[in-house]
Amino acid sequence: MQDLKKLDQPLSSFVQVFDQPIKGEGKSPLAGSAIAIKDNICIKGKTITCASKILAGHKAVYNATVIDKLKAAGLVIVGTTNLDEFAFGSSTENSCYGPTKNPWDLTRVPGGSSGGSAAAVAARLVPFALGSDTGGSIRQPAAFCGVVGFKPTYGRVSRYGLIAFGSSLDQIGPLTTNFSDCAELLNIISGHDPKDSTSAFLETPDFTKSLKVPVKEIKVGLPKEYFSQGLDAQVKEAISSTADILKKKKVIFKEISLPHSRYAVATYYIIASSEASSNLQRFDGVRYGLRAVTKSLADLYARTRQQGFGLEAKRRIFLGTYSLSSGYYDAYYLKALKVRRLIKSDFDKAFEEVDAVLTPTSPTVAFKLGERVKDPLSMYLSDVYTIPANLSGLPAVSFPCGFDKQGLPIGAQLISRAFDEETLIKLGSAFEESTDFHKQIPVFKEK
Amino acid sequence: MSKVDKKTVEYVAELARINLTEEEKESLGQELSKIISYVDQLKELDTQEVEPLRELQAKGDVFRPDKVSPSGCRAEILNNSPLSEGDYFKIPRVIE
Repeated sequence: MQDLKKLDQPLSSFVQVFDQPIKGEGKSPLAGSAIAIKDNICIKGKTITCASKILAGHKAVYNATVIDKLKAAGLVIVGTTNLDEFAFGSSTENSCYGPTKNPWDLTRVPGGSSGGSAAAVAARLVPFALGSDTGGSIRQPAAFCGVVGFKPTYGRVSRYGLIAFGSSLDQIGPLTTNFSDCAELLNIISGHDPKDSTSAFLETPDFTKSLKVPVKEIKVGLPKEYFSQGLDAQVKEAISSTADILKKKKVIFKEISLPHSRYAVATYYIIASSEASSNLQRFDGVRYGLRAVTKSLADLYARTRQQGFGLEAKRRIFLGTYSLSSGYYDAYYLKALKVRRLIKSDFDKAFEEVDAVLTPTSPTVAFKLGERVKDPLSMYLSDVYTIPANLSGLPAVSFPCGFDKQGLPIGAQLISRAFDEETLIKLGSAFEESTDFHKQIPVFKEK
Repeated sequence: MSKVDKKTVEYVAELARINLTEEEKESLGQELSKIISYVDQLKELDTQEVEPLRELQAKGDVFRPDKVSPSGCRAEILNNSPLSEGDYFKIPRVIE
């Protein structure tokens, strides 16, 4: 474990490396494998921070359902990984512990909010990690770090014990170096949980059965709106090559339209912030971590929250509170719920014609540390392609599909119908069979 | 032409129970104005006939048997509080 701490020094991908790793008792193909957990998922008896000062010293009082499942499958939990405070961000810079660095270029961000998990897996510090994805927080860092990041269908994996950000959007999912590991880990963490009323009453298929099977005649749509302005030319080219490789395997491609996706970022920021402002009400200095010293209760709440929340958390709480406040509710929150239906309907229509949708994961490769922190909107726009899957509750995966001229990884995203994770694994593993992008290992350098 | 003026910032701060410095009021007001101008693009869309999406999978209400089971972690929960006494969280006096 000392080694892990040392190896992680240039990256700061871990928040905690446990002196005594938590060893699961059970058996599974992954028994004995090391896994890192995003520091917003509860591990009983361990400190949980969400990279926020407001939770200072808080120890989880129970295991998240996914943690119980990992233990039952015999995995070894080695520590917790860095994130943007409460998962608010796309760069892991909004962490009270400071940023994690991208293993491909230490002057760049690893993406976020699951940047610690993505960087740790990319650097081969651990073979497995869990992240959470509310608007792209597994997929965008997976793209920036060159690993496979999978957001399951909303309801596939229990959210019990995940500290809530946007409850109608959040999903826990795996980050791994390849699709085979991804399918194995999905097998373990999926399934109905009576403790999460939004978890689906569905049997978990054996996802490994979708690995390396023929993909002939699977229909994939290329949404024209995802290849227009703002998309980096090298990323665009890498996605075209991805389609070409799949075409050689007889996958059928056609252009489709998802016309309301251009409203996704605006819709998301209203809905996600509204839900966050409500979910974060509980952090008030009474039951958790930090408490400001004051004489009155009202003052105790307001000062604790002033001292405990970082800038981005305050922004989101503000936008959310504003959108939900009387007088603005109809114009913002309710309006966003209506546009959310339009965005989802676009996908419903597309899936009458195609089985999956191929897009870039993010418009650019990893950007420089500090480049976007002062401009929240430019940060939000790095999730423009990942957000629609959360708003629609659909499964989606980002996988390595190339490198730009500077040697930075590029991610491609596949989205499929609700509860059809299998199509994503089929297509992704077929692509992986013909390429070796996922086998490239970063050397920590400053570029 | 700031959309979110200082008065609105102070009102939202009170609703959100967050104290702000004068500087924070200024910068949050400016940032929120920008973000709100951006999200105002939704107003382009005619949504009069659209039902708001409140549930991703229409499962209706989910019930479980109304059975008592111990959660067993009262001591740990109280331990996490910055200040507790016996079985209670301790806060400043509310009634004089």
